Amino acid sequence: MIEMETTSTNLRTQEMVLNMGPQHPSTHGVLRLEIELDGELIVDVRPHVGYLHRCFEKHCEAMTYPQIVPYVDRMDYLAAMYSEIGYAVAVERLLGIEVPERVEYIRIIMGELQRIASHLVAVGTYGLDIGAFTPFLYCFRDREKILTLFEMTCGARLLYNYIWPGGVSHDLPPDFIRMTKEFLTEFKPTIVELNNLLSYNKIFIERTANVGILPLETAINYGVTGPNLRASGLKWDLRRDDPYSIYDRFDFEIPVGKGWHGTVGDCWDRYYLRMIEMEQSVRILEQAIEQIPEGDVTSAIPKRIKPVEGQIYTRVENPRGELGYFIVSKGGLQPHRVKVRAPSFVNLEILGELCKGHLVADVVAILGSIDIVLGEVDR
Amino acid sequence: MKTTEEIFEVLKNRYSEDIIGITNMPPEKIIDVKPDAIFKVSAFLINDPDLDFDNLMILSGLDDANGTKTNQPDGSFEFVGGTLSVVYHIESTKHRHKLVLRVSVPKENPVTESVVKVWACADWHEREAYDMVGVIFNNHPNLIRILMPYDWDAGYPLRKDYKNPEFYQGMKVPY
Amino acid sequence: MGILDKEFSQENIVITKFEDLMNWSRLSSLWQVGFGLACCAIEMMATSASHYDFDRFGVIPRPSPRQSDLIIISGTVTLKMALRIKRLYEQMPDPKYVISMGSCSNCGGPYWEHGYHVLKGVDRVVPVDVYVPGCPPRPEALLEGLLKLQEKIRNESLVKKVTA
Ligand code: SF4
Repeated sequence: MIEMETTSTNLRTQEMVLNMGPQHPSTHGVLRLEIELDGELIVDVRPHVGYLHRCFEKHCEAMTYPQIVPYVDRMDYLAAMYSEIGYAVAVERLLGIEVPERVEYIRIIMGELQRIASHLVAVGTYGLDIGAFTPFLYCFRDREKILTLFEMTCGARLLYNYIWPGGVSHDLPPDFIRMTKEFLTEFKPTIVELNNLLSYNKIFIERTANVGILPLETAINYGVTGPNLRASGLKWDLRRDDPYSIYDRFDFEIPVGKGWHGTVGDCWDRYYLRMIEMEQSVRILEQAIEQIPEGDVTSAIPKRIKPVEGQIYTRVENPRGELGYFIVSKGGLQPHRVKVRAPSFVNLEILGELCKGHLVADVVAILGSIDIVLGEVDR
Repeated sequence: MKTTEEIFEVLKNRYSEDIIGITNMPPEKIIDVKPDAIFKVSAFLINDPDLDFDNLMILSGLDDANGTKTNQPDGSFEFVGGTLSVVYHIESTKHRHKLVLRVSVPKENPVTESVVKVWACADWHEREAYDMVGVIFNNHPNLIRILMPYDWDAGYPLRKDYKNPEFYQGMKVPY
Repeated sequence: MGILDKEFSQENIVITKFEDLMNWSRLSSLWQVGFGLACCAIEMMATSASHYDFDRFGVIPRPSPRQSDLIIISGTVTLKMALRIKRLYEQMPDPKYVISMGSCSNCGGPYWEHGYHVLKGVDRVVPVDVYVPGCPPRPEALLEGLLKLQEKIRNESLVKKVTA
């Protein structure tokens, strides 16, 4: 018998399935990925979600409208203030009520502080995924300062129950404006510091530039929103494009991805966009704390929320993208149905597309750059 | 920018039988579409240059709870008959108009068409609607449960008459 | 109270019970499984980050359960996740400890009533040593929970210790 020479042409190969998660340090929670491999190359990635499905929508059907607010917090726990803003705006539009000026300003200040805090976690843990430990500590140091501001205001560090439909639970504490100003002055140099530490690091750029490129067409068709969409080059920010609250009064820019170190829409773009967005949030905050008027904050809170039969879909730009609430009322004290369009849920769908053809090690880089929160994916 | 009424006229002229009518659910207006026509209607909506609805914002399944309520001896209740609905909120990033479509299917035979080929992001939304209220989408590439465990056999949790099981894989479920 | 029973005037010699020495070394290097579940995990992360610094108690997150002594169940345990947690726990080498952090893993928390997919308390699948209440518990509370666990380990006896 002639012995066959093993060359790459007659060698029998087989695809391998690799399981990642639900316990894995880089999945940002409880996500399971089923990765199909051809050698080192990824053929397909199938995310399995639902490990944190906490029945949010069922709870909504059993609770009155104000009772839902704490559950809304627990959905996107990195940006709880913003979830509350979204819910409050939705219920207010359903009822057709206006809120006082001061409340709008407080909401914007809280929302933008929360955006910075959330992006800090995103950036810090992204560095951790790529292998840079120090930026994580820097980010958490600054996030801790924001949490102190929140704690002063409403007594909680993470889940606030502060912004209610029609107002906020109580006014800002006396020192708040001064401390926020102090924080902003301290924080601006940190962005530069972080940039020097992480963004322009050669190793970091090598790991993220030209990896996981998301073309604009695909992004829109998959419903990707937030920094991920903007990194692909579309100037689409609901703060401008579908205005809510009083964002139209402020002067800020909407950054888009430019392919600074590679192609438009790669991981580095998505990462760096968050850095620029933090700068813009600082800009909005500076204007807002200058302009905030005096006034009452609880006067518009309705005693009893009982909308007439109807339905509404409203959306706000939360740090991860378009957060939408679809509320159907049948005229009772409880909503008939609440469905949440969670930005992470929709953004995660793109993962399979992005990973195709990359190496196994890039899965972590791509997943981190999408910045998901599992509480929101599974609700 | 086009209003819902204008789009309704366009659709009515093109697909007369398949468009049922406009329902007013303040502040939104809904265009009701027949289940077996939703795919071609949405394909038209995305391809027509004047409409160009390229973004599916949200797709939600809901239990209308409009059947006859029958009480069971153990204190629970059940809805017999009635409908399940799927609501589509779509918008055009170019023309900046929005539209709400709705499909209602009978609860006994909740079958409608999938729109994954039109908007790719409908994939997970439809799986969720199947998982939570039990609407079946024909031509969906992979219609399996998404949030609940794959072997969950106690029904669809977001139906109004859903009853939770006592045990799941040996673990007690109620408090 | 330290582990020293007696110190000789000559340096470098201490006398202590073997048991105390073992307990002391065990409690000062509790390596935890780097594993977060839900909102509480963010507070756990904050605890290990710069401000609260879990490291000073010897708690270092390890990626694998096979190298860890401690698992902190930080968040809501769902039915889909429960059996995975049990498997993680079984993979840990003895002696192993469990801290249940937050109302959710203590008893179901805010989801106790309508949570059709939430396990009402992680103690239905794995034994728990310390319960830390709160929703979410502050980092200080988690540190206190850890101190309680250390106290428990300090009083353990090598002979009688039976693991589940
Ligand atoms: S106890 Fe509260 S903070 Fe912790 S996981 Fe449960 S809901 Fe979230």
